[in-house]
Amino acid sequence: MLIKQLSIFLENKKGRFTEVAKILGEAGVNMSAFTVAENSDFGILRLIVSDTEKAISVLREKLYAVSVADVVCLHCPNQPGALAKAMDIITSAGIFIEYMYAFSQGDAANVIIRPDDINKCAEVLKANKLELIAASDLYKL
Amino acid sequence: MIWNETIECMDREEMRKLQSLRLKRVVEHAYHNSPFYRKKMQEMGITPDDVQTIDDITKLPFTVKQDLRDNYPFGLMAVPMSEIVRLHASSGTTGKPIVVGYTRKDLGIWAEVVARCLTAYGLTRNDSVQVSYGYGMFTGGLGAHCGVENIGGTVIPMSSGNTQKQIQLMHDFGAKGLACTPSYALYLAETIHQSGIPLEEFQLRVGAFGAEPWTENMRKELEAKLNIKAYDIYGLTEICGPGVGGECECQNGTHLWEDHFFPEIVDPKTLRPVEPGQVGELVFTTLTKEGMPMLRYRTRDLTSLTYEKCACGRTAVRMGRILGRSDDMLIIRGVNVFPSQVESVILELPEFEAHYLIVVDRVNNTDTFQIQVEVRQEYYSDEINKMIALKKKIASRMQSVIGLQPDIKIVEPRSIERSMGKAKHVIDKRKLV
Repeated sequence: MLIKQLSIFLENKKGRFTEVAKILGEAGVNMSAFTVAENSDFGILRLIVSDTEKAISVLREKLYAVSVADVVCLHCPNQPGALAKAMDIITSAGIFIEYMYAFSQGDAANVIIRPDDINKCAEVLKANKLELIAASDLYKL
Repeated sequence: MIWNETIECMDREEMRKLQSLRLKRVVEHAYHNSPFYRKKMQEMGITPDDVQTIDDITKLPFTVKQDLRDNYPFGLMAVPMSEIVRLHASSGTTGKPIVVGYTRKDLGIWAEVVARCLTAYGLTRNDSVQVSYGYGMFTGGLGAHCGVENIGGTVIPMSSGNTQKQIQLMHDFGAKGLACTPSYALYLAETIHQSGIPLEEFQLRVGAFGAEPWTENMRKELEAKLNIKAYDIYGLTEICGPGVGGECECQNGTHLWEDHFFPEIVDPKTLRPVEPGQVGELVFTTLTKEGMPMLRYRTRDLTSLTYEKCACGRTAVRMGRILGRSDDMLIIRGVNVFPSQVESVILELPEFEAHYLIVVDRVNNTDTFQIQVEVRQEYYSDEINKMIALKKKIASRMQSVIGLQPDIKIVEPRSIERSMGKAKHVIDKRKLV
């Protein structure tokens, strides 16, 4: 249930993200989800793609600093209180969240979570009957 | 006004006689009391007998900054430590500072030469002078301090920093003189303008600025913004500290106090004296220093000398503006920075690539100091906090080695230009010449 997420270090310069999008596009790699964390002089682009290995190889070829991290994707109803319930379970288990981002589609919402202890996080969510999306499914979204 | 007319206006032939006499004395002192210089002279096959007049100075060995580092801390002292009454130090590569020691007589001479400068700027015993150079191991603060005391003026020993307080005391105490770096003076000027206190309420008339190179344009700006006359004070720790030379009211060259510090200009490549008036590297021999005499110390400052009598009446040799360095040293906010220091820090941290770029600029009259670095592939993190921690780690290491906190900019892999020949490590955007 673990998903490979790419992180790309980008300087805060005009056109950097555009270039990454182009490189992936030309390689036929699709982006399922992404988020950018930034500070004053650099940003970190985190993204989940259809073909992780291929994305890494084309980006590294262009000298980008790419790292890979495991994340989980929680699938929950797109309604008030649903996220609070899931968060409560994670927090009660003593798991710390490094960062997270989300997107919703109609009745459903997908929350990508990077916890400090990913295996434990996946376990407690499953034990509490919460649905985790498999990588292959997420790429299809 | 002239502090020591006998010396400052001495006939040039008389001055040469005095210099010859003193050179013989200091060479004997160095030969007999400094194992470092005795060894150097023996290696060159010379003895003090080979030095009879000041012209014989070219027979003597050179001294370079590395010699001071190699003999850290007290290896170049030529008197027992019981005779040393003061130590000063300045930062150097690998974090090891260079150390200088003064005897009581050395301190007296220092106070004498600074007094000559301050008097030439028009300051007297009736004036108070705010010393805003840093006090401490840096020679600036205490050097200027002793000079003001020597002329009988009133010292306001502010040291650097605390700008609001600087302005308040300068205003309330009616300081007539200000001694600090020219860039700090500009910052003070701007803060005064922002404070809303009318400039007319200040008594400031004279600026004694040094410890970093500055330009005629900066002079004009300082004089206009502070309603003062701005004068250069030149010096370097290895020779004495501030006061090796200073400008007079003519503002047409820096008079060097050559009865104590004998200047030569040499070609930095051949090390032979250049034609009179030509630009080359400034070299000093201390003619009277007891604690730590320096024979032919290479300052790495590029400038020229003129021996024409000055309109002020002084015959003392004048030095032109410092046009640059014969090495790659940068002076940033008054601190000496060598690219090799930056490199040594980067090489000791496994997280970073060996490539770097130092970018120096001057924004709002303050030097900016940025170091661009690349992180090794395996150390790029997907967490902002970890990347910031990397920045902090290298910045604090730089601070402890250089004595100055750089702005660290992490750039993308291989975005720093790789050069086939001599790598370009520095971009200095400041317009100083």
